[in-house]
Amino acid sequence: MQVESMYREIILDHYRHPHNKGLRGPYDAQVQHVNPLCGDEVTLRVALKDAGGEPAVADVSYDALGCSISQASASVMTEAVIGKTVREAMDISAAFLELMQSRGEAEPDEGRLGDAVAFEGVSKYPARIKCALLGWMAWKDATARALDGTGQAHDGDIIAD
Amino acid sequence: MTTATGHAFDVAEIRADFPILGRAVRGGRPLVYLDSGATSHKPRAVLDAERDFYTIHNSAAHRGAHLLGEEATDVYEAARVRVAAFIGAEPGEIVFTKSATEALNLIAYSFSNAATSGPEAERFRVGPGDEVLVTEMEHHANLVPWQQLCQRTGATLRWFGVTPDGRLDLSHADELIGDRTKIVAITHQSNVTGTVPPVGQIAALAHARGAVVVADGAQSVPHRPVDVAELGPDFLAFSAHKMLGPSGIGVLWGRRDLLEAMPPFITGGSMIEVVRMEGSTFLPPPQRFEAGVPAAAQAVGLAAACDYLDALGMPNVAAHEEALTAHALDALGAIRGVRVLGPLTTDHRGGAVSFTVDGVHPHDVGQLLDELGIAVRADHHCAWPLHRALGVQASTRATFYVYNTHDEVDALADGVRQTQRFFAPV
Repeated sequence: MQVESMYREIILDHYRHPHNKGLRGPYDAQVQHVNPLCGDEVTLRVALKDAGGEPAVADVSYDALGCSISQASASVMTEAVIGKTVREAMDISAAFLELMQSRGEAEPDEGRLGDAVAFEGVSKYPARIKCALLGWMAWKDATARALDGTGQAHDGDIIAD
Repeated sequence: MTTATGHAFDVAEIRADFPILGRAVRGGRPLVYLDSGATSHKPRAVLDAERDFYTIHNSAAHRGAHLLGEEATDVYEAARVRVAAFIGAEPGEIVFTKSATEALNLIAYSFSNAATSGPEAERFRVGPGDEVLVTEMEHHANLVPWQQLCQRTGATLRWFGVTPDGRLDLSHADELIGDRTKIVAITHQSNVTGTVPPVGQIAALAHARGAVVVADGAQSVPHRPVDVAELGPDFLAFSAHKMLGPSGIGVLWGRRDLLEAMPPFITGGSMIEVVRMEGSTFLPPPQRFEAGVPAAAQAVGLAAACDYLDALGMPNVAAHEEALTAHALDALGAIRGVRVLGPLTTDHRGGAVSFTVDGVHPHDVGQLLDELGIAVRADHHCAWPLHRALGVQASTRATFYVYNTHDEVDALADGVRQTQRFFAPV
């Protein structure tokens, strides 16, 4: 089936066995994003650290309700950004957004995107792009809030609530 | 099949009237269109009527000192007469709007505009202490305008809940409908569960307390005979594009005495009587509520849709859909892991069948069905509170119309089983 170009095995794997799912602390910002079309939602936390004078992503955790594409994308996103500097992670996020807007025409940059290249097929289904972007947009928002100090930071060691 | 009225209801013949049903979709598969609850397809007769307006009569109705202007006015007003007959109303009680959504907003804004209108609008004034009663199963179009009205005026929004099987919970009806109740706004058929609430019974209770009753007919008028006098509300809203007609036009039916006392919503050309720099007076209804150049081509298309449906016979349309719905309830109900939302029989239930599939998100169900050429809707169907009340985040919805077949219902059930296999845990 053509649709298998979207539901690649790696996406189904992340959907069935999501990484970094379950909220945890400490964190510098928490956001909640909703896809108003279907009601899918994600609550996401970001913790930053200092990496040689530059902010870097110490941790990302999330809890989400949604379709396979949004769930797998959030999982892949955490793997792609944790441990990177914020600058590098924003660059990956920009590359992912570009891939999603490509209508299947782009030459995905595997070096920058890692597992996230598997979402190339999603870009051929415009109705699903928002699903794939939900976690990434939440991460971007949370990181911006963490950087400007409006993220309702929490120091405690929080187990999923 | 042979119908209640003795005429043949030949779906193959009907399908031949709808050019779009001849096209192929993904992978060259035939289109199985089960999304008429969102928008219906248009038969050639409707497409031709709209085209004829543009090729023969095109002009601005209700203006112009020329022949085309007269013709445009004539066909536009003839469309009003045709639509009125479709629901057993008087032509003067038919207001053309942009959509059912706009029709419902028109009423809500008339109510808040009444605050600054003359004494004739007294009965439309609402404020603190007054109550607007809706239901938890409303489409957002018959919920959000009332929330906003309450926000603008200080009135209180209250609502009927739903039972676990998707019926309206009427156990508190006597308490909910009281002397403070000014408006009762209720769907005539849920766009999610197909539930048909007892609008007549609720209208009787509301009228006994002096409240105005608004029925959302967007999912009922296209699918079965509706006679406004029999049904019993004061207002009924519906849209053309869900009943084989064009997009861009909707209908508000209102009782004449109410329309006459209501202040306008959208103002401008076409709806005025006298305009001076200091102020203006307005035409009687329905013109008072039709500011701007009328959507005449769309009105003509809608009239053609009424002709088409009446030629099939609305009782026959309803019987055909009931048979498809019964088939779908059986076929989906037989699949392990599938939960049909709402009533499980066709008793007081129309042809919207929403369901969930254990372990598979509705978006993924919809995507796999699309791959098989089956078009359904997969989200909260603009009825978020109802989904919440039924304990689900979203659902997959199949809706039926005159051109759907029993084979298509079987294709849906097969598609759901394929979807389950595709997403089965490994």
